[in-house]
Amino acid sequence: MEQGLLTPEDEESLRQIASKIESYEKDRKNLIPILQMMQETAGYLPKEAIKMAAGYLGVAECEVYGVATFYNQFRFHPPGKHHIKVCMGTACAVKGGGIILENFERKLNIHAGETTPDREFSLERVACVGCCALAPVAVFGETNRGHLDQETVHGHMTPSAVEGLLDGIAIEKQMKERVLKRMEMEKQIEERVGNVDESDG
Amino acid sequence: MNRMGNKDPDQVFDVIYKEAERRNNEFLADPAPKIHLGMATCCVASGALETKKGFEEAFAEYHVEARIHTVGCMGHCYAGPFVIIDHPASGFPPIMYNQVDAGKARMLVKSFLVDGDPQLEYVYGAMQENDMLPSVMEFSRFNKEKRVILEKCGVIDPEDIYDYIAHGGYSSLVKALKLQPEAVIQEIQKSGLRGRGGAGFPTGRKWEFARQAPGQEKVVICNADEGDPGAYMDRLILESNPHQVIEGLAIAAHAVGARKAVIYVRAEYPLAVKTVTKAIHQATRLGLLGRHILGTGFDLEIDVFRGSGAFVCGEETALIQSIEGYRGMPQHRPPYPAIKGLFGYPTVINNVKTLASVTPIIDHGADWYRQIGTENTPGTAIFSVVGNVVHAGLVEIPMGVTLRSLIFDICGGIPNNKKFKAVQIGGPSGGCLSEEFLDTPIDFDSLTATGAMMGSGGMVVMDENSCMVEVSRYFLDFTQKESCGKCTFCRVGTHHLLKILERITKGEGRDGDIELLETLARDIKAGSLCGLGKTAPNPVLTSIRYFRKEYEAHIYEKRCPALMCRSMIGYYIDLEKCARGCDACVAVCPVDAIFTTRNRKKGIDQQLCVKCGECMAACPPQYDAVRRVSPPSLVPYVEKPPQEEKEKADGEISGG
Repeated sequence: MEQGLLTPEDEESLRQIASKIESYEKDRKNLIPILQMMQETAGYLPKEAIKMAAGYLGVAECEVYGVATFYNQFRFHPPGKHHIKVCMGTACAVKGGGIILENFERKLNIHAGETTPDREFSLERVACVGCCALAPVAVFGETNRGHLDQETVHGHMTPSAVEGLLDGIAIEKQMKERVLKRMEMEKQIEERVGNVDESDG
Repeated sequence: MNRMGNKDPDQVFDVIYKEAERRNNEFLADPAPKIHLGMATCCVASGALETKKGFEEAFAEYHVEARIHTVGCMGHCYAGPFVIIDHPASGFPPIMYNQVDAGKARMLVKSFLVDGDPQLEYVYGAMQENDMLPSVMEFSRFNKEKRVILEKCGVIDPEDIYDYIAHGGYSSLVKALKLQPEAVIQEIQKSGLRGRGGAGFPTGRKWEFARQAPGQEKVVICNADEGDPGAYMDRLILESNPHQVIEGLAIAAHAVGARKAVIYVRAEYPLAVKTVTKAIHQATRLGLLGRHILGTGFDLEIDVFRGSGAFVCGEETALIQSIEGYRGMPQHRPPYPAIKGLFGYPTVINNVKTLASVTPIIDHGADWYRQIGTENTPGTAIFSVVGNVVHAGLVEIPMGVTLRSLIFDICGGIPNNKKFKAVQIGGPSGGCLSEEFLDTPIDFDSLTATGAMMGSGGMVVMDENSCMVEVSRYFLDFTQKESCGKCTFCRVGTHHLLKILERITKGEGRDGDIELLETLARDIKAGSLCGLGKTAPNPVLTSIRYFRKEYEAHIYEKRCPALMCRSMIGYYIDLEKCARGCDACVAVCPVDAIFTTRNRKKGIDQQLCVKCGECMAACPPQYDAVRRVSPPSLVPYVEKPPQEEKEKADGEISGG
């Protein structure tokens, strides 16, 4: 469970978790619902959250960790801003899902289950998203501070579509940055003009 | 049963039904055109949200008064997003259009709703028999189906309980409540309904065991933990018609005497969780759930439990462990859950499809249900037919239809003029059947006899370019990851099966591997506790039985006859056919492996090539120059010009 230091966002999520956990009855049967709530709040299960669940229910920490690792839903790495799920269900596998996953891995330079160092992208391999008629499928999720905002399903994927999608995201990001830069510059100019006006007056 | 209430459920329900009928009549009497738009996960994935927006914008632009009626999924996923436009004023019957994007939506609003021209070239079919347009019922994709479970899916709005009631919903619950629980069980037993989760255990008997088990408190669980990759009918039913399942669950609870019920849904299905939760709230508000249901003494509380994604949790005892907050590991049976289940109470666990079948059985009677399907397996089966097939999607057929009829008549056969090779039935627990089995009638017993099984109803059709060894490796990779680790044979055995298969697909197969696989597979079957281990070797065993030649080609000749295993194939460009100056393949290659030869044709750098096949798809059909061969030693050598020379050539071209 090697993970980086907690970001301020993570700490804020932990505070939220601490207040939400009170609403659950202290019963072992609530363990999985509590873990689900934690992941929804923080985007993943930080070490501290597992400790908190164990303490609250009076169960050993290793037992909680054992349950959490048993199920595919739980994640121990923070997700990236763009969370990519590549479907590896039977239909997708037959239609070349493996090649799609490999292309994502190559383009992002990470393996499935990991996050890029800049926390921009994370990649996950999932069993089946239930859109088998559109195989092969990749799901792009936009996360905002760990919460999943919206998901878009891309059907009939091809390796060149992988490149296109990633480039599209990069271009969008650049455009946003450029707009921000321009706004800043305009603001600076306005300020300067204002200053000139004042000195004139 | 201790009846605290003394009201007649008929009278109580009549008030609710009148309200539903009033709303429905209001909807039908509205002269404005109605647009029925499918909004389940699969349709949304193919762009239904944009389509909806397109319609709304077009309504505003052309000042059209129309209503959008969001419905669930009809199972015709190949045609998504589909819309049905009901425009009575135009004189046409309701018409179905397929693959409607925002642009098409705008065009339909303008020409059909405004000008009254239904744009015949885009029409998929009319929804009713008429003498103007061909009806969809003329297509075998429609007329060979028999919809019992999916009858209302794609017709009603899943988020509106009144829509369901107006279409006859909850009347079966009223009927069941007037009967003694034993009479309900008897009716289900008479119908011959068998559990649709895969094993096919008679549902009535299961209920009877739980009914007779000692104990005041009993539980019924709806198993919607659909972990099988390639099957999605449970999700579709819950998203498109949640009330039919809830009604079935309530009938089951009444029959066994339970006051608590749980719906166990995968957390990966967020829309299904949302729809079911909303449906439970609506039903509780109308007094169809909760305390004193319909004025009788019957109480029922339904909880939704979100399963966290473990394939093994589809097994009854593992599912119970998971709800109790433990790792989902199967337990020894007996005691069966019907005697001692969730928190020690007698528990009935039924699949979504089983419960959804209960409702129509009570409604139309056991004799009606017996007429559908075969003698030993009455009723219908839902299959998600996917893979290399033209009309992919969900199909509900009566039991006893042959595989050939299902794949070739109903689902349109194999696309791209390729040949049928195999069909994989039942997901990771099922098996691959070759062409000779196409005339097998579909039911529990005949499929089990072939070595495959019904399973959850996932059916993946494979054409000549699918390698059976690779497909077995895929399934073993799945089951090996999903094995809970309790039984040694399953935990270690599947690992070794996978290692051997991986070796074979990489071209490192050894003499004796096939026999080793067979022995290992038999041992795993014998030494595992639950269904996962008992069935995990099925894909390997069936593919060895029916496609032994392919295994032999991999091991002894180091080639993949289907040209699928990537370590055993190579791509090259036929220089006779390659066109000078065409760069189609260069643009799509994800690893820049394609270079230009001295005479400005293309070659593939075998060291860089990852064998994704993009260049083959991109090569214009008039050239068709990319070839795929196995083994890779058949690839001819093409000289790659050194880097400087290429730059020089580029310079000359731009200079000249």
